Amino acid sequence: MAAVAYAAASRVYPGASAVRAVDRLELSIPDGEFLVLVGPSGSGKSTALRMAAGLEDVDEGAIHIGDRDVTDLPPKDRDIAMVFQSYALYPHMTVADNMGFALRLRGVPKPEIADKVKEAAGLLDLTKYLDRKPKALSGGQRQRVAMGRAIVREPSVFLMDEPLSNLDAKLRVETRANIAKLQQRLGTTTIYVTHDQVEAMTMGDRVAVLKDGVLQQCASPRELYENPANAFVAGFIGSPAMNLGTYRVVDGGARLGELTVPVPRPVLDAASGLDEIVLGVRPESLGLVGAGEDGFELTVDLVEELGADAYLHGTVDGASERIVVRVDGRTPPRIGEKVRVGLRDAGEVHAFHPETSRRLG
Amino acid sequence: MTTATATRQAEPASPAPRKPKRGLGPGALTAATWIVAILFVFPLIWMVLTAFKTESDAFTDPPKLFFTPTLDQFAGVIDRGFLPYLGNSAFVTVLSTLLVLLLGVPAAYALSLAPVKGTSNALGFFLSTKMLPIVAAIIPLYVISQNVQLLDNVWALVILYTAMNLPLAIWMMRSFFLEVPTEMIEAARVDGASLPTLLYKVILPVVAPGIAATALICVIFSWTEFFYAVNLTAARAGTVPVFLVGFITSEGLYWAQLSAAALLASLPVMIVGWIAQNHLVRGLSMGAVK
Repeated sequence: MAAVAYAAASRVYPGASAVRAVDRLELSIPDGEFLVLVGPSGSGKSTALRMAAGLEDVDEGAIHIGDRDVTDLPPKDRDIAMVFQSYALYPHMTVADNMGFALRLRGVPKPEIADKVKEAAGLLDLTKYLDRKPKALSGGQRQRVAMGRAIVREPSVFLMDEPLSNLDAKLRVETRANIAKLQQRLGTTTIYVTHDQVEAMTMGDRVAVLKDGVLQQCASPRELYENPANAFVAGFIGSPAMNLGTYRVVDGGARLGELTVPVPRPVLDAASGLDEIVLGVRPESLGLVGAGEDGFELTVDLVEELGADAYLHGTVDGASERIVVRVDGRTPPRIGEKVRVGLRDAGEVHAFHPETSRRLG
Repeated sequence: MTTATATRQAEPASPAPRKPKRGLGPGALTAATWIVAILFVFPLIWMVLTAFKTESDAFTDPPKLFFTPTLDQFAGVIDRGFLPYLGNSAFVTVLSTLLVLLLGVPAAYALSLAPVKGTSNALGFFLSTKMLPIVAAIIPLYVISQNVQLLDNVWALVILYTAMNLPLAIWMMRSFFLEVPTEMIEAARVDGASLPTLLYKVILPVVAPGIAATALICVIFSWTEFFYAVNLTAARAGTVPVFLVGFITSEGLYWAQLSAAALLASLPVMIVGWIAQNHLVRGLSMGAVK
C-alpha cells in the first residue's frame, strides 16, 4: 500500500495545436484512500489514470507512488494493478490463469499462485468458474475476474477505469457496493475513474472533478455537493443537475421571476460591482408552495415521475433557463399547469461569478 | 388530371400497400445453392471417379457412372516417378511457409501494434512488390538463378515462394493483429509481461486462428504454383504441378492416370484445409473484451 501523488503532471498530445489532455494536475492521494476521478468525456480523467499506470507518458511534472518517483518507470515496475473498462481478460486462458498470470510472470511458485487465486476467487464468488474461459462467463462474472486479477497481485495501488460501465443498471449498483466494501477490507489505495457522478458520490472517500484536463475541485462527496468550487462542479455533481442561471442582482439578493432569492451578505459583498450573478439552486432545494407564499410561477412542460419523487421541468415567464423542481411523486402537477415554486431553505443557494464562474462568498 | 393529382396527394396518408415478398422462397434458395455447389464440385467428383477407372473405362462415351474401381492408375502414377516431385513440393511448401511465418509475424506485429513514422510507407512497399506480373520478372529471375547456380534447385523455389507470399501474409496477419484489443495488451503490460512474453503468451494465442488462415493460404499458393516451377526447374527440382503437365504427351491424354495424379496432388491441400478449418472458425478474440 502506498500514497500516490501527481506533482503538476501534464500529458500533452503533440500536433499542430498541442492538446493538454491533463494540465498540471496536482493531486495527492493518501495511503488507503478511495479517490474517484470524475468528469465528462474528454475531461482527461482516464488519461490521468493511465499516466499513473504508466500507459501514458508524463510530459511535464512527476508522479510518485509511495516514496518512489515512477514518472519514467514502465507499468510493471510500478506495483499497480489495473481494471479496464472492457475487462481486457485473456480469452485463451482460464479464469484461474487469468488471475494468476501476473504472479506467474513474477516467478511465484505454482502452489502459492493457486492458493492466492483461490482466496481471491472466494472473495469474489468465482470459485465455481476457475476452470472456465472468459467467453463462458456472463458480463458480471467477467467483471469480477478482472477485479480478481487485480486483487491477486496485492499491489500497492488499484487503478480502475470505468469498471462498471459495461454492466446493466441493477448489477452496476450491486457491484458498486461490492467494490467499495472490498476496497475498505483490503485497504488498498484506489484511483477510480467514472463519468457517473452517482458512482463518484457513493464510492469515493474523495472525489476529484476534472474538466478539459484541469482539476476543478477535489473534496469529499458531501463537500462537493454542499460547497462546489465553481459553476461547473455545481452543475456536474448532483442528479438531476443543479439549476444554474444568470440573474439580476437586486438589493438583498437576486431576482428570479417575481421572487427575490435572498443571497447572504458576504456573497453580495463579493458580487459588488456585478449587475448579474450565476445562481445555483438544486431541484431538491425547491418545492411547491401555496398562493401568497414567497415564490415564483413556473409553467410545467415536462414531468419525470420516478416513483418516490417527481421532477418538474419548466420555465419562468420572462426567463430562458429551464428550472427543475423536485416534488412529491404521489401528486405531481400535470404538463401545462402553472405552479408556484418556493425556496425551502435560503442557505441552499449557491452563487457564482458570471465570468470566472468561481464560487462567490 | 385534377383527380389524379388529388389521389396522388392522398396516397401518403393511407397505409402503403404491403409489397409482395420479392425473390424466391427459402426452398428455392436452398435448391439454387445446391445446384451451384454441385456445378462447382462436379469436376472434382468426376476427377475422383475417373481416377479409379481403367483407361478404357475413362474413354467410354457416354461416360460410365458404374464401373469396377481399380487402384492401377495410382500405381502407374507412382511408377512414372511421382514421389520425388511430391517430395519437392512438400519441401518447398513447408519450408517457404515456415519462413513466411518466421519473418511475417514480427513484421506484422511491428506494423500493427508498434507503428512508427514510416509504417504506412513500408506497407505500401510490401504491396507494391505484388504489382509486377510475375511473367515480367521471369527473365531476370531466370538469369539470376542461372548465375547463382540455383536453376533446377528446390532452394530457388523456397526463396521465390517465400518472397511471393510474404507481402500477402504480412498484410493478412497485420489485419488480425489490429483486431487484438489494445486494453488486453495494456493489461498484460501492467501484469508485467515483457515483449517476448506479450507476443508469445498473449498475442499469438489470440491471433492463432488468423495465423493458421495465413499459413493455409501460403501452403495453397506454394503447392499450386506453376509458373516459376515450370520455368526454373526440370527433372531434379520439379514440383507436383510440373509433374502433372508431363501427362499431356504427344501420344495423347491418359485421362484416368492424369486424374489419379491430380487427385494425389490435391489431397495434401485438402487435408491441410480440413485440419485448419477448426482453427479458422474459432472466434478470434471472443471473450477478451465486453
